[in-house]
Amino acid sequence: MATIHVDGKQYEVDGADNLLQACLSLGLDVPYFCWHPALGSVGACRQCAVKQYSDENDTRGRLVMSCMTPATDNSWISIDDEEAKAFRASVIEWLMINHPHDCPVCEEGGHCHLQDMTVMTGHNQRRYRFSKRTHVNQELGPFIAHEMNRCIACYRCVRYYKDYAGGTDLGVFGANDQVYFGRVEDGTLESEFSGNLTEVCPTGVFTDKTHSERYNRKWDMQFAPSICHGCASGCNTSPGERYGEIRRIENRFNGSVNHYFLCDRGRFGYGYVNREDRPRQPIVQRSKLTMGIDAALDQAAGLLNRRRIIGIGSPRASLESNFALRELVGAEDFFSGIAREELDNIQLVRQILQDGPLPVASIRDMEAHDAVFVLGEDLTQTAARIALALRQAARGKATELAKAAGIQDWHQAAVQNIAQGAQNPVFIASLDSTRLDDIAAESVHAAPDDLARLGCAVAHAIDPSAPAVAGLESEAAELAERIAQALLAAKRPLLVSGASLGSRAIIEAAANIAQALKNRQKNASISLVVPEANSMGMAMLLAGESADKSVEAALAALSAGQYDALVVLENDLYRRADKASVDAALAAVGVIIAADHQQTPTTDRAHLLLPASSFAEGDGTLVSQEGRAQRFFQVFDPSYYKPEVLIREGWRWMHALRSTLLGQPVDWTTLDQVTAACAQVHPRLAPITEAAPDAGFRIRGLKLARSPHRYSGRTAMRANLSVHEPRQPQDPDSAFAFSMEGYAGSREQRQQVPFAWSPGWNSPQAWNKFQDEVGGHLRSGDPGVRLFDGARMDLHWTAPPAAFAPAQGTWQVVALHHLFGSEENSSRAAPIQERMPQPYIALAEAEAARLGVNEGALLGFTLGTEVLQLPLRISADLPLGVAGLPAGLPSIPPLTSNAVVTELREAAQ
Amino acid sequence: MTTLIKTDRFTLSDAERAAIEQEMHHYEDPRAASIEALKIVQQQRGWVPDGAADAIGEILGIPASDVEGVATFYSQIFRQPVGRHIIRVCDSMTCYIGGHESILDSIQGQLGIGPGQTTADNRFTLLPVCCLGNCDKAPALMIDDDTFGDVSADGVAALLEAYP
Repeated sequence: MATIHVDGKQYEVDGADNLLQACLSLGLDVPYFCWHPALGSVGACRQCAVKQYSDENDTRGRLVMSCMTPATDNSWISIDDEEAKAFRASVIEWLMINHPHDCPVCEEGGHCHLQDMTVMTGHNQRRYRFSKRTHVNQELGPFIAHEMNRCIACYRCVRYYKDYAGGTDLGVFGANDQVYFGRVEDGTLESEFSGNLTEVCPTGVFTDKTHSERYNRKWDMQFAPSICHGCASGCNTSPGERYGEIRRIENRFNGSVNHYFLCDRGRFGYGYVNREDRPRQPIVQRSKLTMGIDAALDQAAGLLNRRRIIGIGSPRASLESNFALRELVGAEDFFSGIAREELDNIQLVRQILQDGPLPVASIRDMEAHDAVFVLGEDLTQTAARIALALRQAARGKATELAKAAGIQDWHQAAVQNIAQGAQNPVFIASLDSTRLDDIAAESVHAAPDDLARLGCAVAHAIDPSAPAVAGLESEAAELAERIAQALLAAKRPLLVSGASLGSRAIIEAAANIAQALKNRQKNASISLVVPEANSMGMAMLLAGESADKSVEAALAALSAGQYDALVVLENDLYRRADKASVDAALAAVGVIIAADHQQTPTTDRAHLLLPASSFAEGDGTLVSQEGRAQRFFQVFDPSYYKPEVLIREGWRWMHALRSTLLGQPVDWTTLDQVTAACAQVHPRLAPITEAAPDAGFRIRGLKLARSPHRYSGRTAMRANLSVHEPRQPQDPDSAFAFSMEGYAGSREQRQQVPFAWSPGWNSPQAWNKFQDEVGGHLRSGDPGVRLFDGARMDLHWTAPPAAFAPAQGTWQVVALHHLFGSEENSSRAAPIQERMPQPYIALAEAEAARLGVNEGALLGFTLGTEVLQLPLRISADLPLGVAGLPAGLPSIPPLTSNAVVTELREAAQ
Repeated sequence: MTTLIKTDRFTLSDAERAAIEQEMHHYEDPRAASIEALKIVQQQRGWVPDGAADAIGEILGIPASDVEGVATFYSQIFRQPVGRHIIRVCDSMTCYIGGHESILDSIQGQLGIGPGQTTADNRFTLLPVCCLGNCDKAPALMIDDDTFGDVSADGVAALLEAYP
């Protein structure tokens, strides 16, 4: 701690900070541009100047850049000093000389850091009246719009894109007042994290192109604290709605998870919410007859009455919805909706994280590890936010070297310079090359079983009591030794693996390594990635079950005629099991009721389709890969704009169905009731009620506003229906109001923040005002509750599998994941579709040469019962004997780890 | 769509490639050879064509955007074709007082080009430069690698004669 004196007042601050951080953490306003909590200081923009005095008797003082000056003990500074104020006013005037002052047509307007800082500095009169330099803009792909004239040359974009996110195709060109930030030539920004440029850029150079066509100001939107449903990372988001459409997704700061950054799937993959073809009324599929809620419930009850009902839930639906379905059909007849192999793997992951020897790292905490081993997971594609965190773990070496040389961690240019590219070791063992290989000390590519063998060898090298791997090639054994040594040499090693390859052996190998690290008393952490937003929640819901709850078991029971009716919740069974068995099962059952927010091949087969809510129209709880239960809240009520829309949360449908069927009154009228009931299922789920404040939470007697104070046009937005403005929709499920009325500030304690705003701070930098220290954690605690922090136990060793040896003429099918395309919902969004690859079959170079086929050649092959034709993609790194297929893409059947491709040959043209 | 820079159809000659690779080995970090690599290409071709950024980046193992950043930062790396000879007229303070404008006028009169322009016969390109280190002999100019001091407006013609 250090004592500093700011404008005559004494404060206690963290002496390791710079003066800018210290002042912002104290809640004092100092304007800045080039500094960013996650990017550190470079002292480029000169905006944060303050007056520093040598002691209390010094009256002259000198101007210093607060971001470049340590907050040493007994510092005397002044923010309000006239000379400092005049200096800052000059700086912003210079920065704004070439700025087009086009706020009225600029999409950054209203959440613009440049606007905020200009107002804060008091620069309100433009004196420059000559011509301004102008730039040609670039076409940067479907996500990001480019308007270089607005640039103030703070360099944040390249520092984020290149240094932080590891991108290579954004650069800075030219010199002095002709500086240009862009690509060498037009083209899509390659980084999977490009969307963060829209928030990192303090002005409107990089804006959200997906928002552009349906644009409105931040202050005219309705927000809610939400959780990204794109993968299991559990990133916190802030979706904004206007006129019944999600218009934009912004990052929501969670100091333990995503802090300032999202991936592009999470930010730009929301389009499925707005699709015209979504079910919005209950519909009888055969007659296409739509009906009201009561009629639908009566119809459904009629269909289900006196029948043996099976329920199939979903890992992309909330805990509450799955639980309500379980209540409807009974625990015995409730199934997970997950394929058997995947479910088994997720349950194994759950056991390892819940009871295993190592603590589970949060995504933020991953950045603080100093050696990483990634086993079998292509993180950029399966849990992208984790990949970004691991880049920071690698970069941690620079901070460590700088610290040894007495350089503060925020001194970004110096830190980077002293490191000269030195990085903490990251080892990546994956199927094919990954987008994280550029930070890898070593990367190796092998078939799943061989990856598992390498993992077991690493465990054995760490702790010889772990089973040895028989017949391991010397090259692999030496690599395992190097990985083990690096993990043992580290202060905090991190192990990352997961279920994306469907290989149990890989997860077991990861468990061996975890146990070995524990046995060597390393302060190590683990992270195991699961496939979907609520895969882990489903695993916990079924934790006490011994019966087979897989899709296969459900389909077999249906085909065997054990049930007369099926209720399937937010799940497309055709993505879970092969078409023939789903067809057979659905044909065997008399009644199918589906609840979903999209039309799927499964809902097409339903007799009655109930319109369920997506994350935008409903509330619920998800459990992330970290075991963090997090609540997402309804963003808007669609029926306010269109009374005919009858979308309800899955749990509301399921519970209403149950009540109708039993002729009982509805017990659960609010989210809190169903969450509380769900928390009873399993002791490990008990804390989920603590994941967010309940609906009774108030600040000074007020609900929390979903919209900023300046929200406009409310009385007019429904005038096409009626000139009489109805009462605003009421929200019994949460502490949020569908209104600008309510608490919206940053001063009072609150963890769930729909949108970041504080007086004078409209941009995402307003998060400063909610944090315990800038860039740290939320003052009221980071949202969510961790479920896996109980007692830790030792695991039994698992023996390594045999070496991979495919039978002659067969290729083992391996799933290659794509950030854009492999996830069901986001792949319905048009901007994501523009980035999706075409379906393909990937083979190693040598395999292609042996078959005598070139890149792009159409190959025919047999996969299970299906005969497919796909163009060839040749991979330089894919191992021999495997055929890679892009998971989840159109025309690609559900993949299992034991599937093989046979009869592979060039298709006749 | 506006293409600022076109990168296709550029290949480094064997000589350029060899020279860059040799230069690269003088440095611990190959990135440090960026400027030398650009100078090598410029020496061979008189200027640095658009595609060079990709080609140099590939040899040095750094992104093309980094090479292009360096190439566009330095005013003496030419990103447009120039004439056979470069005239650099100093426009710093001393030469300004010494009469650099009369030099520019004289060149303009004889060659018909202003700063930044190239003669139609591709013989000369005229560029301003800030200080040639000959302040005691202002006004100064440079033609290719030759520096001239105490230049007079009348004497320019004779100087230019030597550069066919």
